[in-house]
Amino acid sequence: MRPSLSFGLCAALAAFVFLLAVPASLAQQPLKVGIVTFLSGPAAGPFGVPARNAAELTAELLNAGTVPAPYSQKGFGGTPIELVIIDEAGGPQKQVAEYRNLVPRVDIVIGYISSGDCLAIAPVAEEQKKLTVLFDCGTPRIFEDASYKYVFRTGPTGTMDNVSVALYLVERTPNVKSIAGLNQNYAWGQDSWADFENAMKTLKPGIEVKTSQMPKLFAGQFGAEITTLLGSGAEVIHSSMWGGDLEGLVLQGAPRGLFEKHKVVLSAGEPAINRLGTRIPDGTILGARGPFGPFAPGTDLARWLKTTYQDRYHVPPNYASFKMTQAILGVKAAYEKAKGSGNEAPDQDKIIAAFENLTFEGPGGPVKMALGKGHQAIMDAAVGTTRVEGGELKIVDIARYSADKVNPPDGVKSEAWIKSGIKK
Amino acid sequence: MKAAIVAIAPLVALTGLALLSPQWLVFMAMLALAKGVVVLGLLVLMRTGLVSFGQGLYFGIGAYAAALLSHHLHVADAAVMLLAGAAAAGLIAALLGLLLARYRDIFFAMLSLAFSMILYGVLVKSAALGSTDGFNLHARTFFGVALASGVERRVFLIAGAVCAVVVALLVHRLLGGHWGRLATGVRDNELRVAYLGASPYRVVYVNYLIAGAMAGLGGALAALAVGHVDPEMTYWTTSGEFVFIAILGGTQSILAPFVAASIFEALRTIASQYAPNVWQMSLGLAMLAIIMFLPAGLWTLAERRRRSV
Repeated sequence: MRPSLSFGLCAALAAFVFLLAVPASLAQQPLKVGIVTFLSGPAAGPFGVPARNAAELTAELLNAGTVPAPYSQKGFGGTPIELVIIDEAGGPQKQVAEYRNLVPRVDIVIGYISSGDCLAIAPVAEEQKKLTVLFDCGTPRIFEDASYKYVFRTGPTGTMDNVSVALYLVERTPNVKSIAGLNQNYAWGQDSWADFENAMKTLKPGIEVKTSQMPKLFAGQFGAEITTLLGSGAEVIHSSMWGGDLEGLVLQGAPRGLFEKHKVVLSAGEPAINRLGTRIPDGTILGARGPFGPFAPGTDLARWLKTTYQDRYHVPPNYASFKMTQAILGVKAAYEKAKGSGNEAPDQDKIIAAFENLTFEGPGGPVKMALGKGHQAIMDAAVGTTRVEGGELKIVDIARYSADKVNPPDGVKSEAWIKSGIKK
Repeated sequence: MKAAIVAIAPLVALTGLALLSPQWLVFMAMLALAKGVVVLGLLVLMRTGLVSFGQGLYFGIGAYAAALLSHHLHVADAAVMLLAGAAAAGLIAALLGLLLARYRDIFFAMLSLAFSMILYGVLVKSAALGSTDGFNLHARTFFGVALASGVERRVFLIAGAVCAVVVALLVHRLLGGHWGRLATGVRDNELRVAYLGASPYRVVYVNYLIAGAMAGLGGALAALAVGHVDPEMTYWTTSGEFVFIAILGGTQSILAPFVAASIFEALRTIASQYAPNVWQMSLGLAMLAIIMFLPAGLWTLAERRRRSV
């Protein structure tokens, strides 16, 4: 039991010296943008990889100067951008470690799909004083429980997803009397269901909640839950599922008549349409966490993203792709506003000042940095219903809700706002 | 006290590291230290021939105890958090140990795994604790002394280093003496230990308690470093990571867990940076290589060298 100290110290020292050498490769010329998104694990397929693809495409076309107005200037204010991509898999603890390693190597960080990662990264970004733009995670807690100078989020929070589907539902079926839920048992599923349940109770006081099923995340098999839902007698079934679980729900629920017997609401269902297509039954209410994908407005910018992405990757861009491009364009807009007509590269504080309360045009329409003291985006929401026409899945009966109708005013917490009447 | 004198070297090295190196390295060193403490506890347990696939339970309890102090009771002192983490984990280990010390081999491993997954399940269902998203914690003082932001993690690293060295010395003393030989005896032939008049149950129970408290301390250290806790800390993959590090280092030395944890953190970071698409596979290949070529862990390299000198 005599420890060999010399070897131990040598090995530990060697490991640390090796580490020291890692972030030394600071190139001078292009602006380095760190991109953090799921490259592995269950969230890679529906979100992570489409987002990475969008980042690579957008960076390349920005550097080539072929993005439509107002983003036609090359790179960021004429300076080309270079991406440093890392994997978001591994949990918040690992992400904090990787974030700290990334910070000295890049000028700006854009990333994070998981709300847990976003919550863990935000205080670290503040400590490291590094401009960090969250692009996809949904929890409103980030700017409701704390305020940050260096952290921005260009994607809307999860609040409006469920408020907008509730509004849509009540407009289409004013006499709805009962609801039920099928959500994954983790923060996203719990929060989504709570928002939907509270919104429905606010809009239709006295509505009956038949059952809330919470199978565990990535369970894949929902036979028992579907049986319970079929026997519940609920008129509406809400689900915020995504990825393999969502596909499982559709493929297992449709043959058993779940979608015929009930009005099914998939509040984050859009990424599944590229994979499931016509297997999504008619009449399913679908959200895309904002005006993305098939809900995108008919602007040049939306058309540009759809065509260039489709040409390169042979699938349409989904909401994760839209939100990634939106984040990069948002930073570009802030950078160029900060730079103004001068020739000097703006420092980080100037970019932050320009970013706060900025309104910019994204591929999904106008983005207003209106919440969290100008750090959190709000956007219009869009909801639609599926219908198969001529062998193709179409989204019909699309309703749009203006951003301030489906988001709380600044300084008001989402949950309280929903419970107190969904009003400005 | 030769061991105490020897222990000063890593303490000085870590203090130097804490004062001089960049922030990201301070953070990684702290994480390696936290995991090293947990794995050292695992080593104590392994001495009795038991492998726990559920140390994540105590790692998580330690982290959540520290975080809840800051979150709900507004105690923001790092020293209190560390103590609370170790104490909370020790308390639960004292309870669960009563049951677990009866089991051996795969039954012990599976039962320890089951308990950690129960805590995971409870945390995931706790919306008030942020479910899978977890929540932030902030330690602002150390023994009542307010810390400037940016300096805090350097202080935590020194505190962590002191904790780790003290714990390592205690473990060294414990295993080097009567108790260590008794533990090895339990591993090799439990029946004979009982015939000699010692209680194998007691040995396993106490070692389990020590391992639990150390995992709690490690969890509190990790929570201080990361500034965020989430249920992933109690998930079986986290427990598996500790076993991975133990195998990586080998079970023959007190220093091995710390060296192995540093190498593991470095390996993972380098793999993430240079092979973002295949970093898990890189780690897996490293594991395979070690099992094939150094079945008793990296420490065999040190042993071989010592023999050849």
